[in-house]
Amino acid sequence: MSLKKVLFDPLFKNNPITLQILGICSALAVTTKLESVVVMAAAVTLVTAFSSFFVSIIRNHIPSSIRIIVQMTIIASLVIVTDQILRAYVYDIAKSMSVYVGLIITNCIVMGRAEAYAMKNGPVMSFLDGIGNGLGYSLILLIVGVFRELLGSGKLFGITILQTANHGGWYVPNGLMLLSPSAFFLIGMIIWVIRTVKTEQVEKE
Amino acid sequence: MSNDSVKKTVSVAFLLCVVCSVLVAGAAVLLRPLQEENKKLDVTKNLLLVTGLIKTMDTPKGQVKEAYKNVTAKVIDLSTGQLTDAVSAETFDAKKAAKDPKQNYNIDQSNDIARIKMRAQFATVYFVKDHDAVTQIVLPIYGKGLWSTLYGFLSLAPDTVTVNGLGFYDHGETPGLGGEVDNPAWKALWPGKKVLDPAKEFAPILTVIKGQVTESTPGAESKIDGLSGATITSRSVEKLVKYWLGSDGYGKFLAKFRTGEIHL
Repeated sequence: MSLKKVLFDPLFKNNPITLQILGICSALAVTTKLESVVVMAAAVTLVTAFSSFFVSIIRNHIPSSIRIIVQMTIIASLVIVTDQILRAYVYDIAKSMSVYVGLIITNCIVMGRAEAYAMKNGPVMSFLDGIGNGLGYSLILLIVGVFRELLGSGKLFGITILQTANHGGWYVPNGLMLLSPSAFFLIGMIIWVIRTVKTEQVEKE
Repeated sequence: MSNDSVKKTVSVAFLLCVVCSVLVAGAAVLLRPLQEENKKLDVTKNLLLVTGLIKTMDTPKGQVKEAYKNVTAKVIDLSTGQLTDAVSAETFDAKKAAKDPKQNYNIDQSNDIARIKMRAQFATVYFVKDHDAVTQIVLPIYGKGLWSTLYGFLSLAPDTVTVNGLGFYDHGETPGLGGEVDNPAWKALWPGKKVLDPAKEFAPILTVIKGQVTESTPGAESKIDGLSGATITSRSVEKLVKYWLGSDGYGKFLAKFRTGEIHL
């Protein structure tokens, strides 16, 4: 596979969220504010890239009987390091994301890429595959985040765009957008749009 | 050597564990000082937020330090209610002292409404001053909620009866339910409430009730609207406020403060 394909296919053509339906849990949890979306997206992208990279380096030495545990150990270590870094440098955001940073460990995208791609390909390509899938995840999270923050609290990145009625404006915020189910609706609609345009993604009856 | 031999499996597992643990431990140790500093700053911000000296958590560090200059921390002995020089306010850590058998005090079970079992003998009290006159007294308070211990600050006016503000800086209650103790709209209900009753020897009287508190509610000035879906957390907040303002908590100190026996 070419470099470009590995890096950009996961954006629309093979998006981990909309096609593979992976990593939904965190897409619901952290998308009420764009600030945490950006931090979460960066964290997941880096963890996916580096875990794929390290798994790929040692792929020829991993005994098949413990390969999942080996992958999990690498992913978990990277996630803990990421969590520590966030706590040290962006404490407020880390505090508001609470357990969800730690839960990157359970994000199926990270594990899925390690198992499906990095176990069979070289370190550089695996790294790029991780970045690509991370970007695919980030893209969907950003779209969901924009809708949720704008419609839910009338803001983008904490800056007021639509003055809400509570503060003397005209916009009555949609409370549903602040609750997790709204992310389901939004992701569902995104999948609908993508599959309308790219009909090859529709599953055969 | 085959990848699936026992020897290889064990050695790969062992090597991986060593490398990963060094990585994790290294990150934890290297970043500890920064994290500690952040935590301290976070507590300070919460304290200032309760007093109203800063308005949001986004206040930059410089302004936080500037605002904190109006605050004087003093350690008091809870059993006598007097200021004490036994420990310095800068180094005293009530959380640590509560666990240290030499420095803690076992709360009698019948008094332990905050369900904390033991507390430190001393406590740090923060005085907000305006030209040497105390305008607020900030008391650190904590107690068990539904899942976790809630740590926070309660700010009282110099009459020790009226609330200036309340806020929790550390808890693990359910987000959206008990976690709503952080909701600014709920915290805004607190200022102006009367927590003590001068007619009853300044006994704590504040209660969290079901439903909305309106002007027609009897004793509205000492009642707070409970959080919906968070009965246990709401009650815990009421109980921990009661405990800390009672004679086992800051009661003796507050009594001395009212009679002017506390000289800063």
